[in-house]
Amino acid sequence: MTWETVIGLETHVELATKTKIFCSCTTQFGGDPNTHCCPVCTGMPGTLPVLNEKVLEFAVKAGLALNCEISRRSQFDRKNYFYPDLPKAYQISQLYLPICHDGAVDIGGGKTIRIHELHMEEDAGKLVHDPWLDQTRADYNRCGVPLIEIVTEPDFRSAEEVISYLEKLRSTLQYLGVSDCKMQEGSLRCDVNLSVRPAGSEEFGTRTEMKNLNSFKAISRAIAYEARRQIELLEEGKRVVQETRRWDENKDATYAMRSKENAQDYRYFPEPDIPPLELSEEYIDGLRAAQPELAEAKRARYQADWGLPAYDAEMLTSQKALADFFEEVVALGTDPKQASNWIMGQVLGQLSTHGLEAKDMALTPPTLARLIALVQEGKLNRNTAVKVFEAVFADDGDVDAYVKEHGLEQVSDAGLVEQVVEQVLAANEKSVADFKAGKEKAFGFLVGQVMRQLKGQAAPAVVNQVLREKLSK
Amino acid sequence: MELHKLTALELAQKLRTGEVTQQEAVDTALSRIHTAQPDNNAFVTVDGPAFPAADLSASPLAGVPMAYKDNICTKGVPTTCASKILEGFVPCYDATVVERLSAAGAVSLGKLNMDEFAMGSTSETSYAGPVKNPWDLTRAAGGSSGGAAAAVAAGEVWYAIGSDTGGSIRQPAAYCGVTGMKPTYGTVSRYGLIAYASSLDQMGPIARSAADCAAVLDVIQGKDPRDGTSLDAPAGGLLASLTGNLKGKKIGLPIDCFGEGLDPEVRAAVLAAAEVLKACGATVEEFALPVMEYVVPTYYIIAAAEASSNLSRFDGVKYGWRAESYETLGDLYTMTRTQGFGTEVKRRILLGTFVLSSGYYDAYYKKALQVKAVIKKAFDEAFTKYDLLLTPVAPTTAPKLGESLSDPLKMYLSDIYTVSVNLAGLPALSMPCGFDGKGMPIGAQLIGPPLGDGMVLNGAHAFQQETDWHKKAPKGGDAQ
Repeated sequence: MTWETVIGLETHVELATKTKIFCSCTTQFGGDPNTHCCPVCTGMPGTLPVLNEKVLEFAVKAGLALNCEISRRSQFDRKNYFYPDLPKAYQISQLYLPICHDGAVDIGGGKTIRIHELHMEEDAGKLVHDPWLDQTRADYNRCGVPLIEIVTEPDFRSAEEVISYLEKLRSTLQYLGVSDCKMQEGSLRCDVNLSVRPAGSEEFGTRTEMKNLNSFKAISRAIAYEARRQIELLEEGKRVVQETRRWDENKDATYAMRSKENAQDYRYFPEPDIPPLELSEEYIDGLRAAQPELAEAKRARYQADWGLPAYDAEMLTSQKALADFFEEVVALGTDPKQASNWIMGQVLGQLSTHGLEAKDMALTPPTLARLIALVQEGKLNRNTAVKVFEAVFADDGDVDAYVKEHGLEQVSDAGLVEQVVEQVLAANEKSVADFKAGKEKAFGFLVGQVMRQLKGQAAPAVVNQVLREKLSK
Repeated sequence: MELHKLTALELAQKLRTGEVTQQEAVDTALSRIHTAQPDNNAFVTVDGPAFPAADLSASPLAGVPMAYKDNICTKGVPTTCASKILEGFVPCYDATVVERLSAAGAVSLGKLNMDEFAMGSTSETSYAGPVKNPWDLTRAAGGSSGGAAAAVAAGEVWYAIGSDTGGSIRQPAAYCGVTGMKPTYGTVSRYGLIAYASSLDQMGPIARSAADCAAVLDVIQGKDPRDGTSLDAPAGGLLASLTGNLKGKKIGLPIDCFGEGLDPEVRAAVLAAAEVLKACGATVEEFALPVMEYVVPTYYIIAAAEASSNLSRFDGVKYGWRAESYETLGDLYTMTRTQGFGTEVKRRILLGTFVLSSGYYDAYYKKALQVKAVIKKAFDEAFTKYDLLLTPVAPTTAPKLGESLSDPLKMYLSDIYTVSVNLAGLPALSMPCGFDGKGMPIGAQLIGPPLGDGMVLNGAHAFQQETDWHKKAPKGGDAQ
């Protein structure tokens, strides 16, 4: 029998607000335990949550970018459960009236993933177990960091579709500036709901939910494992149990955490400490008007306005920081194609060499723009320029100072070139004879000799021209 | 001169003129507390300043000794909600009302006894032992702000800050013969009030006159950015607006609050109060308010539901009391909460957990929210016709100690006249209006429209200009 895999995703994204969702503590990652805390985010008796308006704004922006309906009336709800990382013993979330619902994401290849809802909630703290002392310690720094949870419909049929969606989601949220979406730091976390069914069937099979997926690679592998596990069970005539399973990266397998029978009753009810949110049309229209250009639109514009190849446009827009960098270089007067070539070649090359992401590099647009300008003006030979680039990349060094200090300025003085050409011709009579006998290869050799004499700093066009003139005499 | 029989405003005046020093006022209060505490158990913690030095120009009440109910967070002073589970808990911050009153020159002498987590109507569920009524030490002081009402009645402090979720300021004020006001929901910041039922809780004053209450509210009302439910309404100026004139005002008497279950002596005293209000220029008219039938069940579902969530954080992990022996995390929770909470608190947590459970939510909690909206609408309609409503505060005067604990349902039903006000978010005040045959005080309740706090206070002020019920003091605990 052929089986079809059916997948839905719940993605938690940490919002990049400076302060927490209900108090003014910093959201900065890390820090000594319990140093990013106050009476509010540690749930001290008597404290009250007050919504950070930036969180609302970011959630609506994300919803708009994911083509969601924005709820004109929304509310927070309490999700009640006991756990030491949750100091109030309830999480403030949204169940009954989420801020955004019914969206859609085009993941390419004619496939659209429907968004069921997007809601706001607070993150919990962290428990650190000390096996030596057999003690568990609570760190509440992460308590109250704002999250949005984006829930899709069960529209995925493969791991590839899931990854395309997550890449699109990450790019979109980064473009919006609402999250940095770093999986390693947990600012993008994903739970995968998966079931299988005979191909062509309309009914859904029993699903499991997988947690602890910390990378795209883990997601792909967990999906492959879990689909296979479920298919094998069904083919053996067994049943899939509805349960939560944990992905174990080291063992490359999923393990049952808890079954539905043990599922908690969260006793959701409207949060009485936060009044319902009423959003005006003006508020939503204002945010819609202020939405930045997203990757797709940029891609189209780069191709249409600047004639970049589709591949280049896609690469440049794959990371917002890269696209921003590119546009700033162009804005400094650089030819877009030149800028694109340099970024596609040298910048991406250096990022890869240094293991950096575009948003973390020191290099600034004026540095690259200046370098390209020197080449364009004939003051720097392209090969030399690449060397200069490599030298200044890591700490955004001063291009002009570096060129001057290392005496790299290109020789475009035809008089000086002529002198050298004459010396070279005199010293290489055989090659001159070869050339005149029709061996074009000899020309290249002579150019090389001239360049060597000039330490590679001559403008190739000038060398070619002078050499041809002399040889034709 | 008997300083302890003055109103807060009168004492403040004498402090300003220098007739009385701050030290004398504090010493008087501490000596009264010393005498009365063994009898009435009004305080949980006594913690006064050794050398009071308030800025007497800070407010009309500056320099006057007062105290807070023990569910209001006071930085550095134990705050237990009269519960074992918060034994040893010392807040690291001050509630907004505490900050505001401190800035206004209030001199706090400590924390007042109450029903555990404000759950109860007699202040007998306290882990610190029951509060006794200064008028008759065999009777309850009412609850849950029983310590606040008893302390003011016994002349231990000139005013106190209580909290009112379903009548917890007004009912003990009535039982103890003092004046207590629950302001409009959202006008006093709840930041720092350890929550019982968040959508109903509101802090307010208990004092010896409506004018004193107005002076306290002038300090504590007003928008607080730390409370999302606090209203951006004009605050202050209540004391200055008291005219005592009710000319042209219409007062409604909901007949549903004067029927079955109401003690005839209470009924007579409240109706007599209506006559006094008429004499002040108001017209009084009976009208039907049939929603009264639903207020008690609606209140107990909503309050218990919110309480079950609000009290979940008391789990022995972070602060307060923790069970001595436990094996697993589950054990730690179960043992701590089983041993740390009293019977009434556990009853309400269980009730609230039940009504929020999957499968019951729609039938109970959601339905209760719908009924709450209907109740609010009924009051809104009443206030299109009337400026104020007059009702009893409680069906009877203070019961004997122990009576209510044995019959919780009866205790719940006795909240009928007060809980509707919290469900509708309205301002209401309890004022002394007479005594029953046993010599126990009777209270009358004035209810106003949303933000009609000034109207309510003015109604009571007019009444207190014409009567002296509020000036009566009990003999119990009297130092003389």
